[in-house]
Amino acid sequence: MKTSGKWIKALVPGLDVTPKEYMDAMTLSGSKVEFFEEQDADLDKIVIGKIEKIEPHPDADKLVVCQVNVGDETIQIVTGAENVFEGAVVPVVRDGGRVAGGHDGSRTPGGIKIKKGKLRGVESFGMMCSIEELGSTRDMYPLAPENGIYIFPEDAPIGENAVSYLGLDDVVTEYEITSNRVDCYSVLGIAREAAATFRLPFNPPEVPVTGNDENASDYISVSIENDKLCKRYIGRVVKNIKIEPSPEWMQRRLASFGIRPINNIVDITNYVMIEYGQPMHAFDLDTIEDRKIIVKNAAAGDKFVTLDGQEHELDDTMLMICDGKKPVALAGIMGGENSMITDNVTTMLFEAACFDGANVRRSAKKLGMRTESSGIFEKGLDPNNAMDAINRACALVEEIGAGEVVGGCVDIYPHVNEPVVLPFEPEKYNALLGTDISEEEMLSYFERLEFKYDKDARTLTIPTFRQDILSYADLAEEVARFFGYDKIGTTLPSGAATAGGRTFEMEICSMARDVSEYCGFSQAYCYSFESPKVFDKLLIPAEDKLRNAIVISNPLGEDFSVMRTISLNGILSSLSTNIHRRNKNVRLYELGNVYIAKSLPLTELPDERMTLTLGMYGEGDFFDMKGVVEEFLGKAGISGKLKYDPDEDYPFLHPGRKAKISYEGDCIGFLGEIHPLVAKNYDVSERIYVAVIDIPNVCKHATFDIKYEGITNFPAATRDISMVVPKNVLAGQIEEVFENKGGAYLESYELFDIYEGAQVLSGYKSMAYSLVFRAKDKNLEEADITSAMERILKALGDIGINLRA
Amino acid sequence: MKEKLKEIQEKARKQIEEATGADSLNDIRVGFLGKKGELTAILKSMKDVAPEDRPAFGQMVNDVRSQIEQQLMQAKAAVEAKELESRLSFEKIDVTLPAKKNNIGHRHPNTIALEEVEKIFIGMGYEVVSGPEVEKDYYNFEALNIPADHPAKDEQDTFYITKDILLRTQTSGVQVRVMESKKPPIRMIAPGRVFRSDEVDATHSPSFHQIEGMIIDKGVTLADLKGTLAEFARRMFGEDTKVKFRPHHFPFTEPSAEMDVSCFKCKGKGCRFCKGEGWIEILGCGMVHPKVLKMSGIDPDVYSGFAFGIGLERIALLKYEIDDMRLLYENDVRFLSQF
Repeated sequence: MKTSGKWIKALVPGLDVTPKEYMDAMTLSGSKVEFFEEQDADLDKIVIGKIEKIEPHPDADKLVVCQVNVGDETIQIVTGAENVFEGAVVPVVRDGGRVAGGHDGSRTPGGIKIKKGKLRGVESFGMMCSIEELGSTRDMYPLAPENGIYIFPEDAPIGENAVSYLGLDDVVTEYEITSNRVDCYSVLGIAREAAATFRLPFNPPEVPVTGNDENASDYISVSIENDKLCKRYIGRVVKNIKIEPSPEWMQRRLASFGIRPINNIVDITNYVMIEYGQPMHAFDLDTIEDRKIIVKNAAAGDKFVTLDGQEHELDDTMLMICDGKKPVALAGIMGGENSMITDNVTTMLFEAACFDGANVRRSAKKLGMRTESSGIFEKGLDPNNAMDAINRACALVEEIGAGEVVGGCVDIYPHVNEPVVLPFEPEKYNALLGTDISEEEMLSYFERLEFKYDKDARTLTIPTFRQDILSYADLAEEVARFFGYDKIGTTLPSGAATAGGRTFEMEICSMARDVSEYCGFSQAYCYSFESPKVFDKLLIPAEDKLRNAIVISNPLGEDFSVMRTISLNGILSSLSTNIHRRNKNVRLYELGNVYIAKSLPLTELPDERMTLTLGMYGEGDFFDMKGVVEEFLGKAGISGKLKYDPDEDYPFLHPGRKAKISYEGDCIGFLGEIHPLVAKNYDVSERIYVAVIDIPNVCKHATFDIKYEGITNFPAATRDISMVVPKNVLAGQIEEVFENKGGAYLESYELFDIYEGAQVLSGYKSMAYSLVFRAKDKNLEEADITSAMERILKALGDIGINLRA
Repeated sequence: MKEKLKEIQEKARKQIEEATGADSLNDIRVGFLGKKGELTAILKSMKDVAPEDRPAFGQMVNDVRSQIEQQLMQAKAAVEAKELESRLSFEKIDVTLPAKKNNIGHRHPNTIALEEVEKIFIGMGYEVVSGPEVEKDYYNFEALNIPADHPAKDEQDTFYITKDILLRTQTSGVQVRVMESKKPPIRMIAPGRVFRSDEVDATHSPSFHQIEGMIIDKGVTLADLKGTLAEFARRMFGEDTKVKFRPHHFPFTEPSAEMDVSCFKCKGKGCRFCKGEGWIEILGCGMVHPKVLKMSGIDPDVYSGFAFGIGLERIALLKYEIDDMRLLYENDVRFLSQF
């Protein structure tokens, strides 16, 4: 929303503040000012002058020498402009003045300084200006010539300030209006706020009900078929129309909004739209068949040509204004070509209606044509505003002599919007705000806002244009706004103390971050949605349940269209980015959800599983990655034996370098080397190692409970065994034997040598473990160890392992 | 004998003085105090001393002995100190040679900013909670006083899965979930990922993070909101940070406000960073709307509360002066390793 400072001052006569003061005060009372533009900031020493005499330039064919009367003197100006003539009244920038830019419309920040000088040897003491040099455009000043000096009417006062005369001495303010303040999408709404903010009187225009002694209902009848989508429809008639340019003052106010003046009728509808926030439409009444307006839904498949010449296909949710035979306007969006005002119009129908905001928004969106009008309607207007607006428009028609207004109106208003009445509860407002504002003070704010106070009933009647005021909290906000948010104290809540903290899962995630970072991994953030092609890149088979992803119905594009069921894509893409940017030895981790649907299509919320994903290339291998996983799980209090199963199927991993990780029967995750074909799909050839850990299952077993176990002073006994192991037997199987057969005294074991090669029988490998036995409560006897070793060796023998000779 | 003793004493003193190392000192010890040492020999000749002089002589020998011992000890200490000194000077290294790093990884700036926010609010007794990212329309909109057909619900901004299930556009829904499941007093913050249908560019991302905060108790006021958030701003952006509250509108709070903080680069004077305004918009907040309280089963006549929402990326971008939001999701280590 924009306003002209001059216009606001006309409505709030006592307003006398600088643009900066205005901006700050309005922002603090809730109408946030985004910025203001002083239109004359770059204009200086520009007056109205009259060309008294024109002579040719002695040395240049394309230049002329003018004597220009600028009031206090007559100065000589050399110009190349072609449209100058003796007697022309023009804007003149005098020596030392400034203009906003070039005549090509380019702007120079700070303006261009004009100094006296010589042009081809002839002295020139200033410059005559085009509208572009004054910082505006021919759109805003339709009378300005193309490529030439702006020419004033003959009666323009010589020597006066040309900038003021053109109305360029204005400040245009741009506001951010919140969606609840529909009333502030109008000059009157902003002016009312300004008056309340600065505690000044507010003078809205008087709206006389005009018209001759005929009655509009003799010209037109209106019916509403869908009163949900059209809450009110008012029609008034104007005859004997004379299309001509609108008066200068109206053109200037439209221009301050950036609206191009067109002709008196169009300008009046635009003017009232800005002033009252009520879009209007004008039909050529002679094109309205049967002199009948019917407001109803379109028939699906109907075609309609809007006044911009575009043809649209309609559906049956779109509301149309129709005459006895055909649609004549897309309600609230744009009129039809078939009924538009032309220069030959004689009688017209003015429409001021109230359409359902959501419907206008949806239709405008479907048709891809968001207009000034639809933009206002979609906020949801007050139907009571329409009558004032249409009467204002008709009064303007009479005032500027654009036609003869027919008396009366046709007003179809099925459900009148009644004002809300709320109790006046000052103590409640103070309690909510933490203030001690007096009743009188509060009532003075409400009075400025036109809320009517009934002393006896202690109630406030809220004007219907304030659709946002529905409860005590809304009234408290009004009090706060005009008391000043900055004047409200700052305290800390005094209620019962609460213990802050994080959830267990958050603590586990925090630990995952710590361990990952200690191990050299940096934290990545990846998207939750991705392309369904990811499943192909990861070689996930067609029938795999990982493909049962939740699909977004209105994604930004295929690349962001499904919720990930597996976290690998994000980290692989990020690693690939790093590889292509030649970053060496990169380690990344990510903590984020995967989304597992319980059924598809979704009928209940999916299982969101927090997932730790680790990925790395460069230094480090499978066992480094395994180490990181174990460091984390160990820190999370998972101290028992993890199981690594190499047989689980992970199509995206190297078939010989992958393992499912489980703990007490629960799958904790997996790790491995990325399959070379998958790496190729990510456009890399490096070996990439990944680990993916399911945090909820970690949490199931994690604990921060630590119980100290006494440090025993009894000595340990170590036994080293060197074995010949069939190649297909895994270290995990050997360790399982130690775990199961080692007995109570086996304290720890460690692999200290593994060898495959010349000295070992083919099909076998050599492995050596060191086993440590210790009792907590006694010195171990040889027999204790021997019996444990016998059990171990026997069990090893059962899986084909022999001690090395 | 006395002379002899004096001679030994003098000789020992001299030798100790001239001794060059621990070995020679040891030789000296053996030479004088050892079994076959000179002083030992004198003791052995005690029998030649008159019996009445023996105690005095014995005393003298012992004095000399302890004197020599003392001198030996001092000399030894001096030698050791010298040896240590020479070892230390020999072991001198070039401390400007490159460090051997452990290559610890780096935390993402979002997380660093989040942890800072969490720390501040946990200190004020707030619980950190989370809620679902794939959320019901009810929690994301309706229970927050955003009925169907509200412009904020425009399909343009929200990713839908089904008619009733969507990707949450704000963390505010967690407020409702907490109010439904807990009795006041409630103090919570809910950080988390949210989604909006915005194309990726320098200032937009279809997925970003918010931190929702809420307190519900008896007698909570707008002044409490101002005090709490001003305190947060001081801890987050520095002790001398000033705050400004501007009226604003959110459907689920009333009154509502936006909070600006004085620019932490120019301290409010106005600079390129704050676009010359001296203030930077940081968060939205307000008193929880009575309708929202009621819908969530909390009696607005008994309890009141305030809520606020902070854009995490906004804080991170401002705090670390990152000029392009895309950097946060690219995961280039040259970016990450700066944090």
